[in-house]
Amino acid sequence: MATPLKRVRGLGAAGRGTETFWRQRVTAIANVPLVIFLVLSIISHIGASYGEVKAYLAQPVVAVLMLALIVSAAIHMRIGLREIIEDYVHTEGCKLLSLILVTFFAALVGIASTLAILKITLGS
Amino acid sequence: MTNKLEAERPLSPHLQIYRPMLTMMMSIAHRITGASLAVGFALLTWWLVAISMGPEAYATVDGFFGSFFGSALLFLFTWALIHHMLGGIRHLIWDTGAALDKTSIEVAAWLTIISSTVLTILIWVAGYGLMGGP
Repeated sequence: MATPLKRVRGLGAAGRGTETFWRQRVTAIANVPLVIFLVLSIISHIGASYGEVKAYLAQPVVAVLMLALIVSAAIHMRIGLREIIEDYVHTEGCKLLSLILVTFFAALVGIASTLAILKITLGS
Repeated sequence: MTNKLEAERPLSPHLQIYRPMLTMMMSIAHRITGASLAVGFALLTWWLVAISMGPEAYATVDGFFGSFFGSALLFLFTWALIHHMLGGIRHLIWDTGAALDKTSIEVAAWLTIISSTVLTILIWVAGYGLMGGP
């Protein structure tokens, strides 16, 4: 028997209530191995030459993992920063502006990093 | 009328009323490390963009990260990253409903503080050990 509860469960009144919560968790899980990969990548290249660092990042597997980290971290960062603003900024205009700026910032670092990785790995 | 009622309504105690507790500080630390990692992300972007631009741009970034201020900043970001990651894993465990009793949350808090500090130092020791290249 289908009850209204079945339709609402896990979604909330707006039909997409837990989407952000869930996305934050999924990106968090993805970030754990990807961050470990980033830290290992950096510590194994301390003191390395420009050519060595570039050649390392140009490898397909490395580039794919770096792109995954950038996308996952940018989404995770946007959700987290918005959550902080929603909790502490109570002036409507200031809140709206901060929320928009956070989205712009996340998009900017995400797109710039992605382009950099693509340039390095596709070679130009 | 509504405003008057709102003004007289008793407010629930806020942060400054409570004695600082470890778990509360950990919650605040999780937010502060998370927010500061946004700056860390910008530094990562700067590093990647410089590599994509060429040797001169890379030399500038490398010089900054190699300086005392740059290294100190990176050390703090390493700690923030590891602390936020371990704190996040703690949250993921809590999401399953596990380890929410008083003892477990205290133990988890101390584990996060100690292991994030130890891991950060180990990462830097390993980094300096590998310097000059294997």
